[in-house]
Formats: sequence, C-alpha cells, structure tokens
Amino acid sequence: MTKYTYTEKKDTRSGFGAGLLEAGKRNPKVVALCADLVGSLKMQDFINAFPERFVQVGIAEANMIGIAAGMTIGGQIPFTGTFANFSTGRVYDQIRQSVAYSDKNVKICASHAGLTLGEDGATHQILEDLGMMKMLPGMTVINPCDYNQTKAATIAIAEHHGPVYLRFGRPVVPIFTPADQVFEIGKAWMVSEGTDVTIIATGHLVWEAIQACEKLEAMGISAEVINIHTIKPLDEEAILKSVSKTRCVVTAEEHNRLGGLGDSVAQVLVKNLPVPQEYVAVNDSFGESGTPEQLMEKYKLNAPAIVAAAQKAIQRKG
Amino acid sequence: MTQDILELKGIASQVRRDIVRMVHGCQSGHPGGSLGCTDYLVALYFSIMKHDPSFNMEGAGEDLFFLSNGHISPVFYSVLSRSGYFDKAELAEFRKINSRVQGHPTTHEGLPGIRIASGSLGQGLSVGIGAALSKKLNGDDRLVFTLHGDGELQEGQIWEAAMFAPHNRVDNLIATVDVNGQQIDGPTKVVLSLGDLRAKFEAFGWEVMEMQGNDMTLVVEGLQKAISLSGKGKPVMILMQTEMGAGVDFMMGSHKWHGVAPNDAQLQQALDQLPETLGDY
Repeated sequence: MTKYTYTEKKDTRSGFGAGLLEAGKRNPKVVALCADLVGSLKMQDFINAFPERFVQVGIAEANMIGIAAGMTIGGQIPFTGTFANFSTGRVYDQIRQSVAYSDKNVKICASHAGLTLGEDGATHQILEDLGMMKMLPGMTVINPCDYNQTKAATIAIAEHHGPVYLRFGRPVVPIFTPADQVFEIGKAWMVSEGTDVTIIATGHLVWEAIQACEKLEAMGISAEVINIHTIKPLDEEAILKSVSKTRCVVTAEEHNRLGGLGDSVAQVLVKNLPVPQEYVAVNDSFGESGTPEQLMEKYKLNAPAIVAAAQKAIQRKG
Repeated sequence: MTQDILELKGIASQVRRDIVRMVHGCQSGHPGGSLGCTDYLVALYFSIMKHDPSFNMEGAGEDLFFLSNGHISPVFYSVLSRSGYFDKAELAEFRKINSRVQGHPTTHEGLPGIRIASGSLGQGLSVGIGAALSKKLNGDDRLVFTLHGDGELQEGQIWEAAMFAPHNRVDNLIATVDVNGQQIDGPTKVVLSLGDLRAKFEAFGWEVMEMQGNDMTLVVEGLQKAISLSGKGKPVMILMQTEMGAGVDFMMGSHKWHGVAPNDAQLQQALDQLPETLGDY
C-alpha cells in the first residue's frame, strides 16, 4: 500500500478560510456572507482583504441564503458560511427554491459538520446534511478530507458554475493531501491500491481508512482506499473499477447511515455489481456531548471500526 | 386623464382578461390577488421600470423586479408577455404539462423575464436585497422592486430581511406589500393579525409610504414618489391598498377567489366587464 504520513494537523475549516481568501484574490466576483460565525468559519482574512465584498447578515440564515441567491443576479459568486446544521436543515426550503430550483451560483459552506463538533451536543451535530443536499437536483456535494484538500476544493468551487454544498469540520486532523494536488470536482482520489476489499471514505474518515488499511495489511489483508470527496456527482467509474477487482466494499462517513455516501455507493453497486457492503456510519441516531475522540469511539467511526467492517465484508464474499 | 394613463388602463384591462382566461383555461390558479396587483405590475413594466425584453439573467443597467408571492403568476406572465418577453400565445399553456408557464414562476424552464423561483412564501425580500447589494458592488445605479402579499408577512424570513435592509442602507430597493387583507383561510385580521405595518417597518428604519393600488393615476404617481425617496440611505416600503379580484365585481372583496377558477359562465361574466384592447391570446 501507499504510505502516508503527516507532519502537521490542522482544521479543515482553516483550509476553507485560506481557500476563500485565495478564491477572492483570483476572482473579484467572489463575495462572502456569514451568519454571526466569522471566527468559526475562519473568514476574517477574507474580510480583511475584501471588506466591501463581505456581508454580515446576523443570526438569520434564511435571509442569508436569499441574499446570496439575489447576489448571483449581477454576477457575484456568493459563499455563505455557518454551521452545517444551520446551513442545511434550517434553510432547506430556501436552498431548494431560491438556490437549487433557481439554479443560482451559490456556494453553501458548512462548518462543524457531524459528531466531531463535540461538546455542543446533538442540536449542533447534524448527521443528515449530505443526504438532504444530495437529494436536491443540480446540487454538487463536496466533503473534503483535510486542510489542503478543503483549501483546494474551496478554490475549485469558485470556478465551477452552479450551486455547491461544501462540508467541513471543526477539529484538527492530519494533513496528508499534497498541497499541490489539483482538486477535480467529481473525480475520486485513489489513495492506496489493494486487492481484497475497497474502502470508500469521505471527509476526515479518509485518514481513519488509511490507518485501517495499515492495520489490515499487518493482518495480511490488502485494502484499496478511495477518497470520495465529491459525493455528488459520484465517480461511479472509480468505484466500479475498484469493486470489480476486490468484490466487497466498506463505506465510511461521519453521517447517518441513511442517505449518505454509503447509500450512494449502494445504489451504484445494486445496479451494476452487487457485492457485500458494510457501512461505517452513525446508526440512525442523534449524537451527544463529548470530545471528538470519545464520540468517534462510541459511535464507531474510527480505524478499528473500519477494520472490523472490512473483515466482515470479506467474510461475506464467501 | 392623460393619454398615457388611458393607455395603461387599457393594458390593465387586457391583462385582467388574460388572468381570468388563463385560470379558466386550466381550471386552476390564483385570480384574486392577480387582479388586485394588475395596475401595479402594468404601471411598473409599461411606465416605471427601465428594462429590456431581450432579457438576460444579470440585468446590468436595468431595473429589476422580483415577485415574492409567486402564486399571482398569471398577472406576472401576462405583463411579461405583453411587454415583449415572450409570445402571448404561450399564456394558453399556463399550468399545463410541458409548459414554461408553470403554476408558480421558475427559472427552471427558461422563461424570459423570470430571475428567481417563487411560490414558497417569504423569500423574495431577501433575494431583492441580494440583487440590490449586487448592483451596488457593480456600480449599477438602477433599482430593484419587489412585491409581497400581506399574508406573506407572517413568514419570519420577511422580518429577518426587514431588519437587514435598513441596517445596511440598501436604498436602491423599493418593496411593495399588497395589502388586500385576505389570505386563503380568511381575512388576515382573523387568521393572524399583521398589526400596524407602517409602524413596524418604520421601527426597523424603512422609509414607508402608502398607495392606493387600483387607481392607475395614483399607482404611477405613487411609484414615482417611491423612486424619489430611494437613494437616501433607506430602503423604501410601499404599503399598497388593493381589492382582491379588482375589476371583476363578483370576485371582489372576499378571500374566496384567492385560488379558485371561474366556470364558463363566470368567465363570460368577467370578460363582459373588461374591455378587450390589445387582442386576446
């Protein structure tokens, strides 16, 4: 397997902040909107550089989505920023009508997604956002894995015309993506090649998948790891190519097992290549308060859980 | 009465004929509010706004209009087609399968003149604010107009937007509320009272004016006054008094014609009250 190491850990939201600043430098049409969470979304550098291109909307997420949709009329490229819960569930109808159905070039950027938000607890830990956003026709859904990839994704979506949901997290995670790696929307990243099982992961669970891959190798199992940073459009070709070789799959995501990456992969497999699939995901429950590490352990969203799922999937191959 | 006003009144009569015929044609849609807002939309598109029927989405250098209460789509479609955005024959396809004139306005079918989908209420003021901010960034000094139903003000997002616009000195925005006092389940004051709208918007920092919305002379004068109030640091709010169903006597004064189509005899009765001036579709 390909070896990955890291020298630094950083939060993906800082990758978003750095990417937003860079996107703003490259294109004067890039504007940013925030609902009273500038610090959490790491938007201050953009604001310092382009104060006239920043809109503070206050704690009013519905209004933020509407203003963003309106700003596209005139050619601006709005990036909205708040927590993932308030970026999606709270404003689903606004996104549906004013952004997706109206095909507006709005980038909905969502931080603090999933359980790893931690101590704030279930009210803030959305686990349904990928499902909601991917069900909207025309919506591109992206969940990058580390600082570098989040930065690259932020720059890439500014150049992509159409509505985008970009999801990232709160805690610091290892940086293992090369800083110069090109981010191609809809194109999976083959992280490591293997023959016995395909591990398809998204977000910071890609790092857990890499750890799982090493553990499996020590057990004599060869795992292929694919980073699906773009949930929609899904790189079906990469998935089928890998699965036709390994004949079993583990999907790993910090999301409800209903409606997330796992279900997207299952749809591809059931139509083309039915094989055993195991889900590493939250088992249709809400979260709770705790440290990110404690929650990853309790809800089984870590490398040991991926190892166990891989063993089970291989066993089911028969 | 000047020739211009006479001409606008003639267009309004034709638009009202279109509305009742469209809703009759598919036996579905919202005639009451459409008829009530006809004079406003005719004045806007045929007298007040600088706009280009060759249509592009961004509308640089043009005044823009956003319909927030999308259910009054019949009046919007009629006014757009009769201002040259698309062939009036297309009005006959209203709410029918494979049509661009959907039940509620959408950009999805590519109908010229529509810049945002609406139908789910309460979103248009935010969108109008966004478009107005965009114009400021682009150094474009034209105006943004929005129209809302009074029942729509019960949506919370309206008040998020109402707070935002004065705080951010969005003074290239002229919003209008159609105060007809009716909503689906009955009079607004029975369903959920709106209270003193002038005091509410003034408290947020809007420049508020009132206008009678079913007298063409007063509508044109009112819109001209609203424009004179714009550009002075505050968004402008027009509280427009209208009669639901205006122009068709048996539809007036009741919420019952909010979303009901006339039958054949009722259609004829309505058309008999509305002179044809530009030819039906």
